Amino acid sequence: MTTMTAQTTQVYQVFVKASPEAIWEAITKPEFTRRYFYGTALATTLEPGTAFDFHYADGSGLAVEGSVVESDPPRRLVHTWHALYTPELAAEPHSRVTWEIEPQEEGYSLLTVAHDRLESSPKTAEGVSGTGWMYVLSALKTLLETGRPLAD
Amino acid sequence: MTDDDRVFKALADPTRRFLLDRLFARDGRTLTELESELEMTRFGVMKHLRVLEDANLVVTRREGREKLHFLNPVPIRLLHDRWIDKYTERRVSALADLKNELEETA
Repeated sequence: MTTMTAQTTQVYQVFVKASPEAIWEAITKPEFTRRYFYGTALATTLEPGTAFDFHYADGSGLAVEGSVVESDPPRRLVHTWHALYTPELAAEPHSRVTWEIEPQEEGYSLLTVAHDRLESSPKTAEGVSGTGWMYVLSALKTLLETGRPLAD
Repeated sequence: MTDDDRVFKALADPTRRFLLDRLFARDGRTLTELESELEMTRFGVMKHLRVLEDANLVVTRREGREKLHFLNPVPIRLLHDRWIDKYTERRVSALADLKNELEETA
């Protein structure tokens, strides 16, 4: 189990009892990301080609930088991902993250995160697997469904 | 059936656990690849994959002409948070309480 190589395409999916619009807000607004994305504040205008950066809460810099590739609210968002929180991650190239939101029955939406183009970024692939994206998605679900962040 | 029921049902079968383990080892596989690792008809493998998809443990995505199967670990995490953390935490804290009590009265 510990010998496995982290996957070059990773897919995570969760049902959330919230509208696509509410999920879109939670993904793209810093007042939400601070509460589920490891405390970081997202800065983006969502204009393709512009920044999609996660700032440390204390203003000490960027945890992850990226740029917007595609934005189709409230259904699909694509951005690049370049983690800066360790030097070895920062040395790897940008990978790609795709968020998809599909409305379901009874007030649920299906949220999918696909992280790919990780072929040249093995440390990044390892870093976002395991609890990485899983924590983000379960914390996002808890926040939207209960109004509270996940307990640590 | 609730989401938890679907996940427990999906995990209750050894073939389906085997399929999850194969995807854990290497993700993003076609039906043909998964089928080659099992002594089972294509139809049988499809049936098991369908149960895993219904439980949201397997997600399929099209890449070019291929339909690839990905392991989605999130439902297992949620199940863990809901059903396993709770009980193990309590046992640990009960033992911690016992330890404190014994030490105080000692």
